[in-house]
Amino acid sequence: MGIFPFLVVAWVVVVGLYGIVTSRDLINQIVCLIVVQSSTYVLLLGVGYVTGGAAPYFFDIPLHTKAVDPVVQALALTDVVVEAAVTALLLSFAIQAYKRFGTLDPHELAEFKG
Amino acid sequence: MTPRQRLWFFAVAAAGLVACLLWAFAGLPGFGDYPGPYGEAVLRVAVQQTNATAVVSAVNFEYRGIDTVGEEFILFAAAAGMSVVLRRLRKERETEPADEAESRTVPATSSAIRVPALLLVGPTAVIGWWLASHAQANPSGGFQGGVILASAFILVYLSGEFLTFRRLSPDALLDAVEAAGAGGFAAIGLAALVMNLPYLDNYLPLGTIPGAVSSSGTIALISFFVGIEVAAAFTAIVGELLDQTLLRSA
Repeated sequence: MGIFPFLVVAWVVVVGLYGIVTSRDLINQIVCLIVVQSSTYVLLLGVGYVTGGAAPYFFDIPLHTKAVDPVVQALALTDVVVEAAVTALLLSFAIQAYKRFGTLDPHELAEFKG
Repeated sequence: MTPRQRLWFFAVAAAGLVACLLWAFAGLPGFGDYPGPYGEAVLRVAVQQTNATAVVSAVNFEYRGIDTVGEEFILFAAAAGMSVVLRRLRKERETEPADEAESRTVPATSSAIRVPALLLVGPTAVIGWWLASHAQANPSGGFQGGVILASAFILVYLSGEFLTFRRLSPDALLDAVEAAGAGGFAAIGLAALVMNLPYLDNYLPLGTIPGAVSSSGTIALISFFVGIEVAAAFTAIVGELLDQTLLRSA
């Protein structure tokens, strides 16, 4: 495996950025931002994985079993919540932009001031 | 800038970004060879120290509790921000649900959707509550449980009962629950300060059985407050977006 999961991270970041740059629709652009952001899950879980490690829950496995890093898993959880919150807020901005200017095209929106 | 120029500009920047990323990744230890001392230290001591068998919850609500307070308030601020951004504009008024095409009437929700959705409300709420109250035992916790609790309310909407959904989750109640959840979390931390302990120190009895509902002290309590805050925040967010479908500018 080696570096393979990290190549996936780089791929997902660049594909998402390409989407943001070329998008002609705000909703599509927000989804592309989610794609960029989801690369962090792959990165976090890739960094914290231990070969042969169990999930860090010692409810039905003996204590001190080899387990993957719990800290990056907690960070991934934080990541998910923040993503959901940011997405909701961005979508509400898109709704308001559409109401005001009657378009969701970022190029057309850039022509409006204020 | 024309779209073509923009794309060229992006291609150059992306190539630079990829080069930097690959350079950085080449310096990382390979997949599966995690060398971090922090995670290993937590794994060694967490269960004895907190009596929680879910080490991820112990990290979230105890070792990095201050981080989670911040995360909680990001969600709180986003939900509040949404209700400010989506406030009713002048000239907007609420209308009855209507089909966008003028000649059609809104069809009634089919029983094939209504019955399963309403049947699922109860089990969904129970699963959400179970997850929110078992943060210390297994892969669950306030965030996961709260989102599932919120989806119990959204199932009521899915069954075609928009007005019942709004009656079950009035804005004033959601705001109060959200505030109680976020405030409760912060207050648990402040109570530690009053007792001359570090912020968010685990001062409650840890119980005797690791992973039991009564064990792990403040971890279980914080998970409860996070659960109700997340449930209220997500119900409010979905409610705000659904309300938009009823607004028409006069």
